[in-house]
Amino acid sequence: MSALITVEDLKKYFGVRGSFTKKVRAVDGVSFSIARGETLGVVGESGCGKTTLGKTVLRLYEPTSGRIYFDGKDVTKLRGDELKEFRRNTQMVFQDPHTSLNPRLTIAETLLEPLKEHGVDVGDAEAYLVKQLETVGLSAEHLYRYPHELSGGQKQRVAILRAILLKPKFVVLDEPTSSLDVSVQAQILELLKSLQKSHNLTYMFISHDIAVVKYMSDRMAVMYLGKIAELGDSDSVFTNPLHPYSSALISSVPVPDPRTARSRARVKPRGEPPSPINPPSGCRFHPRCPHVMSVCRAREPPLAEVDSKRQVACWLYIKQ
Amino acid sequence: MNSVYRLLEKVIDGYVSVMDRISPGWSAKNSSRVREWKLMAYAFSRSKIGVVGGAMVAVVVILSVVGPAIAWEPYWVYKSVANPELWLHPPCLLPECSRAPVLGTDEWGRDIVAMSLYGFRISLVISLLVVLLGAPLGVFLGLLSGYRGGLVDEVIMRLTDVFIAFPGLILAIAFASVLPRRIRELLEALPVLRDSLSFAFGLRPQEYGQLAALISVWFAMVIVWWPGYARIVRGSVLSVKELPFIEAAKLIGIPEHKILLKHILPNVLSPVIVMMTFDLATATLFAAALSFLGLGPQEPVPELGFMISKAATYFPERSWHVVLYFGTLLLLIALGWNLLGDALRDILDPRTRRAIEFRGE
Repeated sequence: MSALITVEDLKKYFGVRGSFTKKVRAVDGVSFSIARGETLGVVGESGCGKTTLGKTVLRLYEPTSGRIYFDGKDVTKLRGDELKEFRRNTQMVFQDPHTSLNPRLTIAETLLEPLKEHGVDVGDAEAYLVKQLETVGLSAEHLYRYPHELSGGQKQRVAILRAILLKPKFVVLDEPTSSLDVSVQAQILELLKSLQKSHNLTYMFISHDIAVVKYMSDRMAVMYLGKIAELGDSDSVFTNPLHPYSSALISSVPVPDPRTARSRARVKPRGEPPSPINPPSGCRFHPRCPHVMSVCRAREPPLAEVDSKRQVACWLYIKQ
Repeated sequence: MNSVYRLLEKVIDGYVSVMDRISPGWSAKNSSRVREWKLMAYAFSRSKIGVVGGAMVAVVVILSVVGPAIAWEPYWVYKSVANPELWLHPPCLLPECSRAPVLGTDEWGRDIVAMSLYGFRISLVISLLVVLLGAPLGVFLGLLSGYRGGLVDEVIMRLTDVFIAFPGLILAIAFASVLPRRIRELLEALPVLRDSLSFAFGLRPQEYGQLAALISVWFAMVIVWWPGYARIVRGSVLSVKELPFIEAAKLIGIPEHKILLKHILPNVLSPVIVMMTFDLATATLFAAALSFLGLGPQEPVPELGFMISKAATYFPERSWHVVLYFGTLLLLIALGWNLLGDALRDILDPRTRRAIEFRGE
């Protein structure tokens, strides 16, 4: 399978108000690629830059440096009609369904907007939209409602429908379930999976919940402070994490059986995540790492291949 | 259900049936929208200050629309010249002064009630012109400034600061000394403009000199009026533009001007509508104050502030009734708009609207 999205050394820095030199390094040199029909999970704690990464890949933010290839084409500097074509092929589902729909527009108006903007002729718009609503588990009665008349789960279904209405190839899912009830979460995840099959979609699934990411994705990238710490096959990263930060994340997942929970070795990183304005020298995880060595403080580990399916940025696995 | 709500519901239902006739199926597609309107109407009918303010405003608006047509005395006839006993005749409700107007006359012997009908029209038109030109200008600059940010924002906001710091009164005085002559020449050159503006203000076309003074007051006020809107809109835009639905629109590829008009503007409009209502009161008072200082129209135009100013010469012995009457009218106009604005603020905010609604049930 060829890669649909390839990202090379992507950086996104934000300026800090009141300072010319300080920069928030939200995404700091990230490279990965996503194959067609695959789901790449991106996991990490809040503030690690995973949402910024998603938005920068979709060109919602202008990248500071680096390259983004979509379908083999460099889309980093697209303008005008070409950018519009890229927009049509890529979409995003946001975390909070309550603010991702314009409260002043009815569902019909929200859904018609992308079709009109891209000049898609669907014939009888009402019949078409009703049919589409049914594919995401809604019905005709929701068509002329306002967002505030729907529940959170229903709003998220509308937001998902808006994202896939233009038949995109690539969709970034930015924590699409984290503001929903647990029962609704499962339904939305199932819906996303079935849509992926029926529409042949490629997903980038962003979440802080590593269990959900494991369930949804084929491969998973663990992010820490704007960089990828570990990238590999979801199941193997989850069952056998190599990077100390990944182990810590995975050991934080609650286990239903108390006996297993007690016997399990918990890895807890020390302290708080450092500021992305002034990240630590060398490996960014070294002040919190239980296995810290002198090389970690001095030099930054590259994201190196451990085996064919796994890349880790940690000196423990790099032969010097 | 109260009678105010029943009346408003009838108006809404009438509108819906008209729209349904124009494009069949409209009511089905907009049922949520109509329900929202009815909710607002209900919330309004539950608000006592809103109903009182709305009634006061309705009376003022109706009087200013029909006023010049139903005024029983022309303002350009100086009756006291022929009939000196009518000069500042005090109010008299007794049968022996049945020949004089009930609420008294001004120094030209004209009935002050009839004069106030002309005055209502002038006040309403000038305040509407100021707000309807100042608000869109401010909203446009505020949208641009808030959405674009950076240098555009900095330039527009510093400009706003300059105009906010500029004293409106001094500007009006400066304008009054330069502009009216130019405007008069323009009005002479364009009779159509002259006649339509005269009609709007309820004046005779030959008084276009007074019209020029009114227009110069209007310009001076608009220049100091828009910055308030620019600031309030910029603030709202800053909070709305970071919301995901704006990002979603960008990701669809909606061009900037459509995002501004369709997604941002409707979501920042509520405070603007409330502010416009309050400003109609302030603009009425400000225009009257400028006329009081002699910067507005002159004889024989019965502008409310100008009438008070003339009566001040003989205050309080001979002219207390004129000052009291026109002063009270200005107070009532301003009070009506302010009460209405207060009620609208509660109704247009979805959170307080729900609160009103729940208290009602």
